Amino acid sequence: MNILVCVKQIPDPATPGELDESTKTLKRDGKLILDESDSYGVEMALQLVEAAGGGEVTLFSMAPNDETSGLRTALAMGAEKAILVSDEALHGSDALSTAKVIAKAVERAGAVDLVMTATESTDGYTGTIPAQVAELLGWPSLTFAKHIEVGDGSVTIQRQTEAGYDVVTSDLPAVVSVTAGVVEPRYPSFKGIMAAKNKPVDTVKAGDLGLDAASVGWAGARQDITSIEPAPERQAGEKIEDEGDAHERVVAFLEQLKVI
Amino acid sequence: MALSKVWVFAEAAEGKPTSLTLELLTKAREFGGAVEAFLPGDGAEVAAALGEYGATKIYAFATDGTLVGAAGAASLAQLVEAESPDLIIFPMTYDGRDVMGRLSARIDRPTVTDGIDITVSDEGAGDTVNVIKGIFGGTKIVTTSFTGDKPALAGIRPKSFTAEASGGGAAEVVAAPSVDVGRAGNAKVTDRHVEEQIGPKLEDAAVVVSGGRGLGAAENYALVEDLAKLLKGAAGASRAIVDAGWVPYSHQVGQTGKTVKPKVYIACGISGATQHLVGMKNSDNIVAINKDPDAPIFGIADLGIVGDVHKVVPKLIEALKARG
Repeated sequence: MNILVCVKQIPDPATPGELDESTKTLKRDGKLILDESDSYGVEMALQLVEAAGGGEVTLFSMAPNDETSGLRTALAMGAEKAILVSDEALHGSDALSTAKVIAKAVERAGAVDLVMTATESTDGYTGTIPAQVAELLGWPSLTFAKHIEVGDGSVTIQRQTEAGYDVVTSDLPAVVSVTAGVVEPRYPSFKGIMAAKNKPVDTVKAGDLGLDAASVGWAGARQDITSIEPAPERQAGEKIEDEGDAHERVVAFLEQLKVI
Repeated sequence: MALSKVWVFAEAAEGKPTSLTLELLTKAREFGGAVEAFLPGDGAEVAAALGEYGATKIYAFATDGTLVGAAGAASLAQLVEAESPDLIIFPMTYDGRDVMGRLSARIDRPTVTDGIDITVSDEGAGDTVNVIKGIFGGTKIVTTSFTGDKPALAGIRPKSFTAEASGGGAAEVVAAPSVDVGRAGNAKVTDRHVEEQIGPKLEDAAVVVSGGRGLGAAENYALVEDLAKLLKGAAGASRAIVDAGWVPYSHQVGQTGKTVKPKVYIACGISGATQHLVGMKNSDNIVAINKDPDAPIFGIADLGIVGDVHKVVPKLIEALKARG
C-alpha cells in the first residue's frame, strides 16, 4: 500500500494573514508550518500502510523558496519521503493549476494506490482540489471521509453528508479527502524529529514534471483579483458581568425580540 | 451588463429543493438571461418548485448509486459544449464541490469558490463575471474577476442570498446526457445513514444555541440541547468540540461546518475563533456567554454575558421553564 499525501505548508494561522499588495496573493514568504488539516491525512496514511503490512507514505507539497519546515513535521510523524515542487513559475497558481501539478507528481511518484488530501486548506480554502486531481488522473474520488478502511484492492469510506453519512466504496487507485477528526494525529517523537532531518526530499521544478508554464501560475489562473476591501464590521452591543442574575437580561432580550 | 445564460447546480432532498438551491436561483435571475438548472435526481418532482424561483429548464441527471461527481461532471461538460452557458453557480456542498472540481478539470476552466456574492461588470471587453468572497475570517472582502473563456464556475456559500420566488411556471424537464467515465465513476454508494433529526434544521432554525470548549465536558452539551429545545431552536457546536468527539460533525457551525443566519444565535462557552465566526456572524442577533471577558465573540455580540456557562445557562433554562 503506497499512499501519497498532499500537505500544504502555510503561514501560522495564529498570526494574522497578510496580502502582498502588488500581487494580491497571500504572503507566504515567512516561516511556514504544516497545515493542521493535513496532519489527519498523514496520520491516516501511516495507519493504513501499517495495517496493510507494507508500503510507504510519500508526501507532496508545493511551496515557494524550497520551504520544507512543514514537510519535516510530517516526515517526523513517520512519512518516508517527500516530493517538493518549488518554482517561481508556479506563483499565483489557482486550485486547478495546483491540481495539475499534483496529478503530474503522482505520475512521478510511480506506484501510488491512494492519494490523500484534506477537504480544504486552512489558508486558501478553495476546496476543489481533490476532485480536480481525481479528474485529471481519471481516478475515482471518495470525498469528505470521516472514516476509512482499505481492503483487498479497494477502499471504503464513511462520507459526510448533509443528513448523516454514506458508505462509499471503490477500487484502487483512488483519491480520498479526509475531514478533521477522521483520526487523532500523533505528535512527532524526538526520534522521529531526528530521523526526519535525513529523510529524502525530491525537489523539482514545474518543467521536470512536464508542465507547460502557460497552464500554471498566474498565466494558468485566468482570474484577476480586482479589489480587496475591509469588511464592514459588526458593532458589539452591551456587555455585562454576571452577578447571579444575568440570565434575566437574556430572557428580557429574547422577549424584546419576540422569540419567547 | 447581462449574461444570456446562467446555470445553477440544483439539489433536492426528500422531493424538495434545498434552501441553498432556491437562494442561488434567486441570484441567477439578477443577470437578465435564461436561468436553467442541472439537477442530480428526479426533475419532475421539483419542476414546479424550481420554476417558481425562476428556472425555465431542468437538466435532470439520472443518478445510479455512484457518487455524482465524476458522471455528473461529464454530463454537465457535454451540456456546456452544446449550450454555452456564461456562468454556472455551484452550492458549496459536498456534491456541489465534487462536480464543480471535476467539471473544472474536464473543461479546463478555473473555479472561484467560497463566494458570498456574484456581480457582472462591463469593462469594455464584454461582460465579466466577478465573485466576491471573504478572507481572513471574513475581515477582508476580495473581488475576483474571471478573465478566461466562459463558462465562469463560481462556488457560493449558503445564506449568501435571500430566496425570493419569481412566480414562474413549472420548469421544462430535459434528461441530461449519460456519459461513460470509465474507472473515474467507480465510487459506489453502498449504504446511507441518516442521523435522527430532532427539532428544526440548523440552517433553517430561527434560534440557534451553540456550545464550545467552555462547556468543559461532553456531557454538559445537554445544557445546549435543553436550551435549544426550550426555544424551539437547533443545537450547534464549535469545531473544537466536534474535533474532540463531543458532538457529531453535523452540528458544526463555521467555515468548515454549517453557515447559519438565525434571528438569535446564543453562543455558550465559545471564544469566537474566526473559523467559527464565519459561520454565524451574519445572525440577526447574537448573545454570547463566556467567562473570558476578552473572548473575541464579545466583539460581535449584541448582548455579552461575562460569566460561567455552568451557572448562567441552567438558570436561563429554569427561567424559561417557569414561564411555561
